[in-house]
Amino acid sequence: MKSQFLTTKRGCRVRVLEAGSGTPVVFLHGAGGLFPDNPFLDALAKNYHVFAPELPGYGDSTGEDLLEDMLDFTLHAADVVAELGIDKPHLVGHSMGGMIAAEMAATSPNDLRKLVLVGAAGLWIPEQPIPDLFAMLPHEYPKYLFHDPAAGLALLTGGLDFSNLEVLAEFYIANSRRMAMAGKILFPIPNRRLSKRLYRVKAETLIVWGASDALIPPVYAERWNQSIAGSRLVQIREAGHMVPYEQPEVFVSAVSGFLG
Amino acid sequence: MKFTWFNLMPWPYLADDFREKNRSIWVDIPNTLFDPEKGHFLYNRYMDQLEYAETLGYDGIGVNEHHQNGYGLMPSPNLIAAGLARRTSKAAICVMGNSIALYNPPIRVAEEFAMLDVISGGRLIAGFPVGTPMDTNFCYGQIPALTRDKYAEAHELIMRAWKESEIFSFDGKYNQLRYVNCWPKPVQKPHPPIYIPGGGSIETWDFCIDNDYNYSYLSFTGYKRGKQLMDGYWEQVAKRGKDESPYRGAFAQTICVADTDAEAETLYAEHLHYFYNRCLHVYPGFADPPGYRTIKTLKYGALTALTEDALAKFPTLTWKDLLEDRYVIAGSPETVRQQMEELIKGLHVGHVFCLLHIGNMPDEKTRYSTRLFAERVMPKLRDVWPEWKDDQRWWIKPMPNRLQLERSLPPGDRPSERGPKGRARGGGSPAEGKDEVER
Repeated sequence: MKSQFLTTKRGCRVRVLEAGSGTPVVFLHGAGGLFPDNPFLDALAKNYHVFAPELPGYGDSTGEDLLEDMLDFTLHAADVVAELGIDKPHLVGHSMGGMIAAEMAATSPNDLRKLVLVGAAGLWIPEQPIPDLFAMLPHEYPKYLFHDPAAGLALLTGGLDFSNLEVLAEFYIANSRRMAMAGKILFPIPNRRLSKRLYRVKAETLIVWGASDALIPPVYAERWNQSIAGSRLVQIREAGHMVPYEQPEVFVSAVSGFLG
Repeated sequence: MKFTWFNLMPWPYLADDFREKNRSIWVDIPNTLFDPEKGHFLYNRYMDQLEYAETLGYDGIGVNEHHQNGYGLMPSPNLIAAGLARRTSKAAICVMGNSIALYNPPIRVAEEFAMLDVISGGRLIAGFPVGTPMDTNFCYGQIPALTRDKYAEAHELIMRAWKESEIFSFDGKYNQLRYVNCWPKPVQKPHPPIYIPGGGSIETWDFCIDNDYNYSYLSFTGYKRGKQLMDGYWEQVAKRGKDESPYRGAFAQTICVADTDAEAETLYAEHLHYFYNRCLHVYPGFADPPGYRTIKTLKYGALTALTEDALAKFPTLTWKDLLEDRYVIAGSPETVRQQMEELIKGLHVGHVFCLLHIGNMPDEKTRYSTRLFAERVMPKLRDVWPEWKDDQRWWIKPMPNRLQLERSLPPGDRPSERGPKGRARGGGSPAEGKDEVER
């Protein structure tokens, strides 16, 4: 994928990965950000014009101080779409990105084609609390994020060794910067009252969930499915919260089948 | 030199296997471990000790704010300070402090601190901590990346409320108030001395220097480890062209005094063990939520041991470790004096917060150590900074004609009229082996 930078009218400098051609698909990443390799985006780009912006505070994107709350995050994503000059893209949001995509679909229901929510954050069921991502230490991530924690650890670290303190420190600092940003809409409870606005979503919606998601358990998939009129739900086996990375082929096939 | 007697108010009844059975003493400590009836005796005993410290000549008595914490029983230090203000008349009441980002609206802090300053006749030292991540983020739900911004806004509001005599409106990001009108106002003008407890965020240095606030490093790990940080602070003070008055800085130190070094170990080793190996058992995931520390500070400081291996081990600090690494200053009055002088000069501080009650230390031992420090150590350290002896910028300015404790009590109930073993006295050798009231 090629990488480009744009500056939004608000003043954020955003790195956007781009590949393919055809109907535009905007992918919004989760709280952990994009990985160095994102094979599911490459696969989607075979059929669509894929754009994957990195949120300020992630990678080389800057201007995080300009974004403070849910409305800022939502309008920022819309600003990026506007700056890319694309009209009515499909929105695919993973985890925190799903929360932002759902807000976009609720606040500006005519500005998108279809909506795909993958392991989306943004709802809260008191009887099924989501584990506290912000109190986790790096070595605890894999068991919450992946169906196969050992293989997941390698994806998460790019094969680096977490028992090496220097490697850990580098990951820790970059992760702190990312998660500091995510905390603005996810801490202490990832609920910014989105559920009150979901009645406004008009886009055809697909909910995709890892059947063994240990971070946001599948009961949340059911809740999303009930909350958005006419939505469909697909659960993917042998996948945890990081379903696009763990089962890229099944994931892309489900998404492509839905987007058409 | 100024010496403040400080009590963290730990819960002294944690079981020997506490850290094996619980991941943290803070945030998610099982609240079933708290026994309110024991708590009744404990609060009163701890407050008695603070009052006792005044009678021995400590310059200040200190309290702080922690939430959901097994070594701190003061979610509201202001309640304790109010009690102390009524039962003392000379010592500074050091509230270290109120985590101002947590109060909605923070004008509440301006009001309560003003009340304390008025009740005490101008004896309040007002501490404004950013607050630990455990308290601020995990217990009180503040968003880590916005905590400092919210703190800055709260600080601006409180200071304006104290200083301004006109009613004003405040259109903040976190607080919108149409009529800010601080009532009552503090006795000390324009405001009580402000102390900023810091734990290692380098941004805090400039904040203290810009506003001429005292920077207080409140660690439990002693002056050897505190030196790098305090050196950094003093370098910054010099760089910004401010004078180097030692009263710009304060440091907290765990101290145990006995007749001899050997007696100190006999009396206090078990309580240091309780505090350092049980009370400081904080789950590292609570200690550093992303966004609480700035990236600049993260890069400046060494990372705490966050590897899975390091976490699996519970390091146990022995009496020898704690003394050799100077986490603790303990021993005979002469040993303590020497090391305290090294601390004071090495860190260049004019004010020490003396942690003389430690962990599960019983009352008699606490009073014994407290009295020995006051009588046999403190007098020899008073004049470490002769060239700054008239510098009162970071000290209280009480009303000269304020109520005195003795006059405010009816005859027959004044502390000086009580027996030597009355509540406000005591402090005989713990070797007498008295048991505690509630045991």
